[in-house]
Amino acid sequence: MELLNNLALGFSVALTMQNIMYCFIGVMLGTMIGVLPGIGPIATISMLLPATFVLPPVSALIMLAGIYYGASYGGSTTAILVNLPGEVSSVVTCIDGHQMAKQGMAGKALGVAALGSFFAGCVATVLIAAFAPPLAELALKFGPADYFSLMVLGLIAAVVLAHGSLIKAIAMIVLGLLIGLIGTDVNSGVARYSFGLPELIDGIGIGTIAMGTFGFSEIIRNLEKGESREVFAKSIEGLLPNWKDIKQCAMPVLRGTSLGAALGILPGGGPTLGSFSAYTLEKKVSDHPERFGKGAIEGVAAPESANNAASQTSFIPLLTLGIPSNPVMALMIGAMIIHGIQPGPQIMTAKPDLFWGMIASMWVGNLLLVILNLPLIGMWVKLLTLQYRFLYPAILLFCCIGVYSISNATMDVYMAALFGFIGYTFLKLDCEPAPLLLGFVLGPMMEENLRRALLLSRGDPTVFFTRPISLTLLVISLVLVVIVVSPAIARKREEAFQE
Amino acid sequence: MKIGHPKDFWSGVLFAAIGLAFALIAKGVKIGDTVLLAGYAMGTPARMGPAFFPFWLGIIMLVLGVIIAIGGIRTEGGEEARFPKYHWRPILFVLGSVVMFGIILKAVGMLIAGFLLVCVASMGNPEKFQGRDVVFLGLGLVIFCAMVFVWGLRLPIPLCPDIEAVQSAVKFCRL
Repeated sequence: MELLNNLALGFSVALTMQNIMYCFIGVMLGTMIGVLPGIGPIATISMLLPATFVLPPVSALIMLAGIYYGASYGGSTTAILVNLPGEVSSVVTCIDGHQMAKQGMAGKALGVAALGSFFAGCVATVLIAAFAPPLAELALKFGPADYFSLMVLGLIAAVVLAHGSLIKAIAMIVLGLLIGLIGTDVNSGVARYSFGLPELIDGIGIGTIAMGTFGFSEIIRNLEKGESREVFAKSIEGLLPNWKDIKQCAMPVLRGTSLGAALGILPGGGPTLGSFSAYTLEKKVSDHPERFGKGAIEGVAAPESANNAASQTSFIPLLTLGIPSNPVMALMIGAMIIHGIQPGPQIMTAKPDLFWGMIASMWVGNLLLVILNLPLIGMWVKLLTLQYRFLYPAILLFCCIGVYSISNATMDVYMAALFGFIGYTFLKLDCEPAPLLLGFVLGPMMEENLRRALLLSRGDPTVFFTRPISLTLLVISLVLVVIVVSPAIARKREEAFQE
Repeated sequence: MKIGHPKDFWSGVLFAAIGLAFALIAKGVKIGDTVLLAGYAMGTPARMGPAFFPFWLGIIMLVLGVIIAIGGIRTEGGEEARFPKYHWRPILFVLGSVVMFGIILKAVGMLIAGFLLVCVASMGNPEKFQGRDVVFLGLGLVIFCAMVFVWGLRLPIPLCPDIEAVQSAVKFCRL
């Protein structure tokens, strides 16, 4: 069995003392920032990018991945206890989770969320291991034209599934692509858009942009809103669900896991879409839909399983195609490049220890989460009482140190502040910054593939329509756009996001 | 002319302006014989020059921006669509503290720059500002950062002021 051999290789990497430790650090940090509203995995991962320079690439990526799925785990705690989602992916958990907490069943809700997530994590790990190799093999057959079209599809799909205005999101992608081109052009050696500034010749770091647009502008936004929250449930008992709960939750967890895993693979899918859809599905299939919103245990189990499954399967496009499906994956690409790893289908064959080690570490990380978090919930609740006025100066200082350390340049600190202002302006104009980050990562890769494709075709642009793979990918992108733009579906989409 | 959806309109204008700027810088600007912007080589599709991809992206963005702006004029948005109000207090204090940190970091070191960053940033909170809390927070955070980032992770951040006397007198500065 090749699959078993590969997983064995993965576990031999993931189970070294060092990697278990970094996985542990990752999931703990992830849970912590997941619990804390006002700081998400994007800001945290970009803050920690420079800190991973000293680590071997595998350990660095294991830790960063841990932060990501740990956050979707921790987000549910806040949702249930405070009725405030720690992360966007746990917004729906608030609905029934907090009702359960009000009825004195906080422990049960937390327990179901944790165990459901663990189950989903196990399934997702196996899914990645099973589906990644064939997909990577397929991707190796792609020529430059196909790759270019794949990136177009990836970017389009990522914004189609997100909410808000489609055309604004596409404009944000293009802006991201353009910002990604700042710096030296590898082919001609011309320093583009550097305005004579030596610091811009190497381009702008992804950490700088991510911290500015997601870290700083979020802080400003939170400050202008002001805060008010109240921790519910002082003592939490009865974490472990009884037999009746398990029977009640088995099917919702299964459905949530499958739906989440499927949506996670899609570009732009990810945990948020997974949890929303899982909740809607549960409500549809339930015999007693009226119980939802009043503390239905299925309403916690399904979305929590879904968001965890999705946050893990979203690694599939990253590891096999080198295409980020959401901003966190864009940062992971940034991390790989910093460590000298070119993302793409060749990772699996060129660096099997990294590839399988990362996958195996996700299972290890999930186990750590379930073992550690159930007993540690009391500590996380304490953390929730931390006021934002103490939290944000800390985030700001960590960000500044992180930005500066990327290349020991104060210029990066100013750039991050500038992007903080730009990000804030776009937020104010209802333009989501996430597509910008995706475009930013893909900008140079897209240009390179376009250049190669046109070089091979001697400048004939029809190459994108005559190669079957490329044509298929472009047609899918077009269909996606048409579907979203058509008025009937636009209305439905609106309704779905309203729910 | 009445603008129905100012948010959309202005974001469209912003996109169009940025797109135009990128396209012009790539292509270069000439009025008569005077070259205002040199631009980069455009090349041919088969041999794309450095200007090719950014120029066309800039044009695409210009078009998208114009479409968004026209849509913003024609649709009626209501209350939600009003041009947003900027909250200058958090903007100035948060971003100002970051810029200040960048300016003084190399001269005074992280311990002082970080402490001042926390103090200035805390003033951005319009609700409650308590001097004593902020001082403790600042002290705690810089010590934490020194231990974790500088001594633990060995990030090359200057800790102490860039003065020879201080550097040699205080032992941990050189770690």
